[in-house]
Amino acid sequence: MGHTAPVKDWATDFDVLDPRYVTDPFSIWDELRQTCPIAHTDRRKSSWLPTRYEDVTAIAHDIEHFSSLKVAVIPGDEDEDPNENFEGPNLEYGLPPISSDPPLHTWTRRLLLPWFSHKRVESYIPLTRDLCRRLVDGFAGAGHADAAADYAQQIPVRVIAHILGVSPDLSDTFTGWVRDVLEFADDAERRQRGAEGLLYYFVGQLEERRTHPGDDLLSELLTTEVEGKPVDDGIVLGMAALALIAGVDTTWSAIGSSLWHLATHPEDRKRLVAEPELMPTAIEELLRAYSPVTMAREVTEDVVYEGCPMKAGDKVLMNFPAANRDPEVFEHPDVVQLDRAHNRHVAFGSGIHRCAGSNLARMELQVALEEWLARIPDFSLAEGAEVTWAGGQVRGPRICPVVF
Amino acid sequence: MRLRVDPDKCQGHARCYGLAPEIFDVDDYGQSSVIVDVVPPGLEDKARLAVANCPEYAIEIVEE
Repeated sequence: MGHTAPVKDWATDFDVLDPRYVTDPFSIWDELRQTCPIAHTDRRKSSWLPTRYEDVTAIAHDIEHFSSLKVAVIPGDEDEDPNENFEGPNLEYGLPPISSDPPLHTWTRRLLLPWFSHKRVESYIPLTRDLCRRLVDGFAGAGHADAAADYAQQIPVRVIAHILGVSPDLSDTFTGWVRDVLEFADDAERRQRGAEGLLYYFVGQLEERRTHPGDDLLSELLTTEVEGKPVDDGIVLGMAALALIAGVDTTWSAIGSSLWHLATHPEDRKRLVAEPELMPTAIEELLRAYSPVTMAREVTEDVVYEGCPMKAGDKVLMNFPAANRDPEVFEHPDVVQLDRAHNRHVAFGSGIHRCAGSNLARMELQVALEEWLARIPDFSLAEGAEVTWAGGQVRGPRICPVVF
Repeated sequence: MRLRVDPDKCQGHARCYGLAPEIFDVDDYGQSSVIVDVVPPGLEDKARLAVANCPEYAIEIVEE
């Protein structure tokens, strides 16, 4: 397992799963921006890591040279060609629209977007608020909780289960599968177990909805027609799996990081309690400072970008979190300013793959913080607490013990 | 003050709508549009904030 060796040179041999990168990527990005703004590694697969806002957004917009067919940061099943080891249902088209380019991207995205529009997301607020209140009820009297595992982790999975029309009782199972696929992607066995669990579950759910359609996203995908034809089964399956995968780890990480920040920065916590009207601006700032998601692109043909000889098949890690800490674009980027007025952050990506669930994520983050602060305005990290972080594709705290 | 959203640049981040729903609307597909001919008096600062927060640089002030 050569790729677990400690990193000595971040410019030429970076590793996003290195413990230092997972716990404190910020100082590494600062160093790289000044010495080698697009780093490279041959660990796992030849990959490039831009750290400047300008480069990340430029590459995100250049869909001709940088394809989205393979978006996993940690090379996985999609990178095996052909993949003889994977025994799950065939996903010929991956997980559209995230792992697709136009034209497939364009029409599959149009099918998903209305489910996550502003108007639709507003209709999910009452159930999200109710869920958050019940979770807080469960530990408010105890004086301590794990802000990540007991709270943040529990919210997005249940909301997305509602939208998909699948049972929220299986939330822990869903969370396990999604973690296997994203967080433990470096472990082929675990990754495959998660992918199989998830895909076979949705195969069953889709089968059931063919005979008993409901008022949910899965049923609509099954009955919708594009240019007079039903949507291919593999595409429906990929879209269903994507909605769950993308709707769980990401927002949970954003909620967890935000609570971690408030637990460790009492002046910000007090300010947000005293000035609740600041919340929408604060949400954007927390998303900027703790952007959870890095996606990958695949270089389509040999190209020299900013002096970097990128080869067809190389990965480029879309380092949106580093772009959001670029001092060229953000004043004092490493300081969280809850009232930051100018904030063109790209936590949800940039260009045609802007996160389709961004309205939902924002709403969940805001409601989760509001409900927590309403009941637990005064809290801090537990003494001697060991906060653990997940990293790679999605960064956020997984254990975050707090007392109040 | 008059504004314009470039539909080719807008990717549906909806930051403008979040900051100034009196000036912008956003459709089911995330596409933003300006819903006022002239920015109502007193909302100019909000309009400038929307311009300064668009991650796609899709909003332009066509007339101050």
